[in-house]
Amino acid sequence: MNLDRNLIGLLKEEKQPFILSGLFGSIGTLLLICQAWVLGGIIEQVFKTPGGSSAILPLAGLFALFSILRMIMGWSANQTAKHGTLIIRKKLSDRLACAVGDLGPAFTRSEQSGRLVTTMLKGVESIDAYFSQYIPQLFLALVTPLMILAAVFPSDWIAGTIMVLTAPLIPFFMIVIGKSASAATEKQWTTMSRMSGYFLDMLEGLTTLKLFAQAKARRDGIEEASEKFRLSTMKVLKIAFLSSLTLELVGTIGIAVTAVSIGVRLTSGAMPFRPAVFILLLIPDFYLTLRQLGTKFHAGMEGGTASKEIHGILDKASGRPKVPGRLDLPAGTASSLPIVIDNLTYTFPDSPKPAIDGVSCTLRPGTVTALTGPSGAGKSTFMNLLLRFIEPDAGTLSLGNVPVANYTPVAWYRNIAWVPQHPFLFNATIRENLLMAKPGATHRQIETALLQAGLAEMVQSLPEGLDTMIGEQGARLSGGEAQRLSLARAFLKDAPILLLDEPTSHTDPILEARLRLAMAELMQGRTVVMIAHRLESIRNADRILVLDGGRLVQSGTHEELSTIDGFYRHAVLSSMEAA
Amino acid sequence: MKTFLRLVGLTRPFAWWMLLAALIGFATIGSGIGLLMTSAWLITRAALLPPVSALKFGIVGVRIFGASRGVLRYAERLISHDTTFKILTKLRLWFYDAVEPLAPARLAAFRSADLLKRITDDIQSLENIYSRVLAPPLTAMLVTALMFVLVGAWSPVAALGVLAFQLMAGIAVPLVTVQAAKGTARGIMKLQAEQQILAVDMVQGLGELQVFGMLDTHLGRMHDAEKKKLDLQKRTAFFEGMHESLSGLAMNAAVIWILWSMLPLVKTGTVSGITLTAVIFGVIASFEAFLPLTGSMQHLEADIRAGDRLFEIIDTQPEVKVPERPEPLPAHYDIVVNNLSFTYPGSIRAAIDDVSFIIPQGGRTAIVGPSGAGKSTLTSLLVRFWNPYAGSISVGGKNIATLDPEGLRRRIAVVSQRTYLFGQSIRENLLLASPDADDQALKAALSAAGLESLYGRLDDWAGQHGMNLSGGERQRLAIARMILQNAPVIVLDEATANLDAVTEQAILDTIDRVSNGKTVLAITHRLQRMERFDRIVVMNEGKTIEEGRHDELLRLNGFYAGMWRLQHETML
Repeated sequence: MNLDRNLIGLLKEEKQPFILSGLFGSIGTLLLICQAWVLGGIIEQVFKTPGGSSAILPLAGLFALFSILRMIMGWSANQTAKHGTLIIRKKLSDRLACAVGDLGPAFTRSEQSGRLVTTMLKGVESIDAYFSQYIPQLFLALVTPLMILAAVFPSDWIAGTIMVLTAPLIPFFMIVIGKSASAATEKQWTTMSRMSGYFLDMLEGLTTLKLFAQAKARRDGIEEASEKFRLSTMKVLKIAFLSSLTLELVGTIGIAVTAVSIGVRLTSGAMPFRPAVFILLLIPDFYLTLRQLGTKFHAGMEGGTASKEIHGILDKASGRPKVPGRLDLPAGTASSLPIVIDNLTYTFPDSPKPAIDGVSCTLRPGTVTALTGPSGAGKSTFMNLLLRFIEPDAGTLSLGNVPVANYTPVAWYRNIAWVPQHPFLFNATIRENLLMAKPGATHRQIETALLQAGLAEMVQSLPEGLDTMIGEQGARLSGGEAQRLSLARAFLKDAPILLLDEPTSHTDPILEARLRLAMAELMQGRTVVMIAHRLESIRNADRILVLDGGRLVQSGTHEELSTIDGFYRHAVLSSMEAA
Repeated sequence: MKTFLRLVGLTRPFAWWMLLAALIGFATIGSGIGLLMTSAWLITRAALLPPVSALKFGIVGVRIFGASRGVLRYAERLISHDTTFKILTKLRLWFYDAVEPLAPARLAAFRSADLLKRITDDIQSLENIYSRVLAPPLTAMLVTALMFVLVGAWSPVAALGVLAFQLMAGIAVPLVTVQAAKGTARGIMKLQAEQQILAVDMVQGLGELQVFGMLDTHLGRMHDAEKKKLDLQKRTAFFEGMHESLSGLAMNAAVIWILWSMLPLVKTGTVSGITLTAVIFGVIASFEAFLPLTGSMQHLEADIRAGDRLFEIIDTQPEVKVPERPEPLPAHYDIVVNNLSFTYPGSIRAAIDDVSFIIPQGGRTAIVGPSGAGKSTLTSLLVRFWNPYAGSISVGGKNIATLDPEGLRRRIAVVSQRTYLFGQSIRENLLLASPDADDQALKAALSAAGLESLYGRLDDWAGQHGMNLSGGERQRLAIARMILQNAPVIVLDEATANLDAVTEQAILDTIDRVSNGKTVLAITHRLQRMERFDRIVVMNEGKTIEEGRHDELLRLNGFYAGMWRLQHETML
């Protein structure tokens, strides 16, 4: 029957419009019955008095009135259901966006971003048909046949019995054939999508095909594959369409049997004329509402699939323990306080081994700490914990003697500037991308930040300067330019704590030198934690933390660590020299 | 309109099939009309209390129409789907043929997989141009004609009225509902585009949004965009919801019209009550044909939009045209690059700015420089994916613009950073380089590329984008293809950039071995084993800035030496 539990839950939250819609729909059915009765009366009059009767005119007027009322009812049912659907969609899309926000960057980076965006937009949109079409139709499919039966039985119990006996055949066949057909349809969909996948593959690889001078030769391959898919799909459809054939037959044969049975009884005078016409007018609608359920079924199915994706995300977000801090932390207050890390531990949900394993250390204010270690040592995870993108499983992260978790995230972030390895540029102008760091910044402050980051010249060379659109939809900046823009943001934000993932472009010596200068200036007077990739940066740090397998294996200055025969000297220094 | 005619033109080879399906569709609705009319006849006739035998005609008719409707519907669906798939095949081939000369230069804007996916979706959505757009109006027209003739036989006045109400349901109602929603459709699309940007920004820039404390603002913007879109959709629904109701109203109006125009005829005895009843039932049944028409209009709009997007791509001029009388391919393969300049369309900076150098036949040259220096553009120009803006490239003394591009490409083997493997068998992926190669040749190439492990897996599926193979295997497969191609010129465009150090070393060894005696052009930003090149050209911002052998360049202590130092003191 395709009643998705989560979708029904949403329906319950927003009952009223759907109840109204059902009410309007039922009144519509009632009017349909009245209409049939009136039309039956008109035809009876025509027969009784072919010369014309004065009774016809008011009946025709009634018929017109019912027609108009029915139109209004049908339209109202449609509108109220749509109204409810839109409310549900708005709620769902808000919830989904908030859930993604709650799950944080650690989650969005682990998902395929394209798929997540599709779920957030198309997913919510494809739920529309479920509520605006499938649910109302489902309701009508239950109510309309019952109401018609209730009207038919008093007039002629034999016709009513025929209808009662044949009607269940429709859902019955729908289920029996539907099962095998839906398996077949599913197979058809996979072959269809395989075929369009094949075609996409050819388009994506067109450059490669041309490089091998094979582009023209592959045309035949596409034709052959496409034809093959057509033939196999048709084989499937021949069976799948049998279901609709059966449903259609049940409907038409139901009409035929009733008509014949009524006709035969009329000849023997066992039945009055008006109910006979009345029933004949109603039967098509009786079967039609049942059959229409099948056509709306697919619309509903898509909603079910989307619902699974959406609620997967919502459940994940609600399943996360939340630690909403309440304390405020004015900007700049963190500048004189040490960051105290005590026995910090974090394990990824599906991992048997902790990614950060009992790390303890104190980062004094105004010092530079370099994180180093082999890839997979937990450097990024450590950074994510400092950024509160993930919450530790055990241990605490404190500012002075107050656990960071006690602060609201907004308060904490007010004190942090972050320069990631691959900064994200928003689909907006350069100015807007900079203003994110400090919404009220003056033009002068922006210029200064650009100058400090070594980006002023590049921005000036652009025809639209600061108002040039960047990001996916605008001009693309090179990796080095994006990194400098991120530095400019950090300069603008001017926060006491700087978390930095040292860029590893290492291709352009001139660019590299500029970046190095800009970073050195940025680090002045701040508490800095950096994932360091260059020997020079490590050497200049006030303190080096060497991570391996999530554990803090060594810590000290370069001079201290170089003299000790340990991991630093073996793994870090030697790997550097070999490269 | 032009787009629509062009789209219809594409389906012309299937016109007869489409007509057949539409006729059967018409017969299906005709059966429905027949079923109700004979039923009505049966009942009204029976009311006159004749012997049962007099009803025979009606009983048989009811049974025939009852059974035929289902069977006809079945046949119609089979034929129309089969036609639809045939159209789809044709559409794919048509698009492929048109787009092939445009790749890759004119498709540069569609490079991202998402956009290509949208193109294939557009093609897929055009498949319904027949079943959803062309067939329903045709069927509706036939039904209208049938009813006009049928009712007209009794009363022309009644027939005209029915025709009017059918035109209302078939043309006016869909037109009005779609037209009324039209203004909002554009607004909705704009908002959807805005939402797409906001959602991408949210998903990919979530870290930045949080750290900058902008998450709530951003969520607010998403909320506003959604709200605006839903408001517009509500307006659309306001009109669309009317369609079904208005069709119903037109049907009832037609019934009243028949009563009004035919009752006097019944009175005079020209028309029997039986006929009148049958006609009423027939008219009611005929309105079934008009229900899908609003859908047709909406699909038509969507199809025209899809068609516009496809035609926009297809109607562009290819960057590279095949010379009418290409010169024969040269006998030797030294490469001369002469004052070459090139700027990508829409870019303000030249990608290649007055570059000249010579690679003698059998020579090994490396082009190095930071990313964005214009190195890979050289490859694109050499294989004639783009035309230079000024200057020329000659191979064996002949300007490559005078050669047949396909012939030229067969003689230049390119191994690039991202090897594209098709979602086909490993064998098919290899045969691309040499369509006639036998198993022995394939195996020889595999073993030369260090892929003996794939001997027994030649017919295995390589996975989508070759994902069933490891990165190292994919890159080695590219080298096996290079070996199979057996071209006199080899271009290695960052061929090992995505590999780990150990694999990189092994692959460089293989390349050195198999490229012996060939003209080699290696493009790289990673300075590994540079001593093996006869000559190194250093590029930055589209210009050549240094040139010489590895030791010479180090001694020069310039840009190259700076790159070298940077790369050899960075770690992890």
